[in-house]
Amino acid sequence: LTGLFVWRLRNTGVRQIPCRFVRLYHVANDRLITFQYFNFLKRMYVTQCNKDLSQRAKPKSDSVVCPFHELQQLDQEKKIVHKISPVSPVHQSETSSRKELREMKSAAETEDSVMPVGAESKEDRQWKEMKLRLDDLPGILARLSKIKLTALVVSTASAGFAMAPVPFELTCFLLASLGTGLASCAANSINQFFEVPFDSNMNRTKNRPLVRGQISPLLAVCFAASCGIPGIALLTLGVNPLTGALGAFNIFLYTCCYTPLKRMSIANTWVGAVVGAIPPIMGWTAATGSLDAGALLLGGILYSWQFPHFNALSWGLREDYSRGGYCMMSVTHPGLCRRVALRHCLALIGLSTVAPVLDITTWTFPIISLPINLYISYLGFRFYRDADRSSSRKLFFCSLWHLPMLLLVMFTCKKSVQEKEDKGNLSGESHETAVEIRLP
Amino acid sequence: PPAHSHRDWIGPPDRLSNLRPVIFYVPPEESALERRLREARQEAQASNQRFWARHNRAFRQEKEEFIYSRLKAKGLEMRDESGQKATLNAEEMADFYKDFLSKNLKKHLQYNRDWYKRNFRITFLMGQVALVRALRWLRWRKKNVQQ
Repeated sequence: LTGLFVWRLRNTGVRQIPCRFVRLYHVANDRLITFQYFNFLKRMYVTQCNKDLSQRAKPKSDSVVCPFHELQQLDQEKKIVHKISPVSPVHQSETSSRKELREMKSAAETEDSVMPVGAESKEDRQWKEMKLRLDDLPGILARLSKIKLTALVVSTASAGFAMAPVPFELTCFLLASLGTGLASCAANSINQFFEVPFDSNMNRTKNRPLVRGQISPLLAVCFAASCGIPGIALLTLGVNPLTGALGAFNIFLYTCCYTPLKRMSIANTWVGAVVGAIPPIMGWTAATGSLDAGALLLGGILYSWQFPHFNALSWGLREDYSRGGYCMMSVTHPGLCRRVALRHCLALIGLSTVAPVLDITTWTFPIISLPINLYISYLGFRFYRDADRSSSRKLFFCSLWHLPMLLLVMFTCKKSVQEKEDKGNLSGESHETAVEIRLP
Repeated sequence: PPAHSHRDWIGPPDRLSNLRPVIFYVPPEESALERRLREARQEAQASNQRFWARHNRAFRQEKEEFIYSRLKAKGLEMRDESGQKATLNAEEMADFYKDFLSKNLKKHLQYNRDWYKRNFRITFLMGQVALVRALRWLRWRKKNVQQ
């Protein structure tokens, strides 16, 4: 009976995943990001690092199972396998062998007299057949494309779209978001494809699909191509060529520059910050079709934000980075790491002040955003001075809510299109009416 | 993995290298292309295993030595009164991490180049094998339909 329970649990677990996507997408496309979303983020400890996705509140990695126990389990499984195989038909059609395997797996689980949670970690220690299961595929592809990170990237792109000083067009917005999302999926999949042995050695990333052999590298590449090509095509043809070019450039920058550079020099952080800054620029160009100062400012804000965010995150991962061979500032130049984080926190204040000068927002924006910018700068200063785990964690978690809030405030302080038009037409209109009155 | 299985099997992460070993299935009528693919994957697996096992072992050893030398310099023992293993805090370990990374950088650069080459080659071979299999299946389908 416990076996059946475990089996049902596994099934329902898989089926639940699609709903979670839908919920996330709704939230991401909602310009008014609610506070519940922040809490959700905080609880999940998801990082908006365009480089890596992590779940910080990770349970301590599985303690070493007693080797004898492990062997006993394998033996048991072997016995079950041998018991079932003579009974079921030997014919090798796809569906029947899949059913056969399902029966074997459920039988194996019946023998497991452990709780459902324990069963998962035990399964991790077992030999698994390298076969693609279609019902697992959505979950696998979601993890391959780092779907949560993609959702956050799409939300920054939609922020860029929303801030553009043009009337809002729904179809353009949806096309731009979809294209950006597909491009992000493609880039993330290629990144995982390149990094299999390194991911297996780091605690944060050792459960990725390619590392676990749930999907073949060929399929990962095909998936990336089938997301990236339609995504870029959608952006180029459905929105405008500039956005498409930016999307393609971003994919290239992330997969061919940032990923190899991670293991070669600390310059990867700056490249990665550019990767993170491009999506809002894409959103802006999708709306207006041109690269204005406003787009660059928005990109600049995201560029600066990346540094406190990533530097704080990497402070706690120094051991894994060192062993894995990743060149990160936190390992090789810790002083620089903290200086840069602080520098860019202060830059955020400066950039927020420039926004009204460029006519993107009203002057209320720098004033309202000053508290949160000052707070993150304060945490950045604490991180700079103390350089310990607690200050880095504080800075990191602050960055998680700081960005959505900043973008939200920016949007509410956006200079409305009407205002600008009115100001421009004021002189012209009075002239026209004057002429009209005189005519009849 | 069971003897009658027609697929590859992947196991739990290796204790030393953290990589998951794969046992490859050798079909009776394996074509030359498929054999090249399997051998490339086996070679890559062996090479990765060697590299990471050696690298991780070196890391663990050097970490122990570092902790020992630092504790000695501070005048402490490896284990304190309660028998717990004494550790250094993150800031003191940071020097070790920095050192270790810079020492191994060249080794990593070489390994990266190697790994990327292997990865591309294996994926390309996989693509070729998949294509050949698809064409074969289409031909078989056409023959069956005609019959």
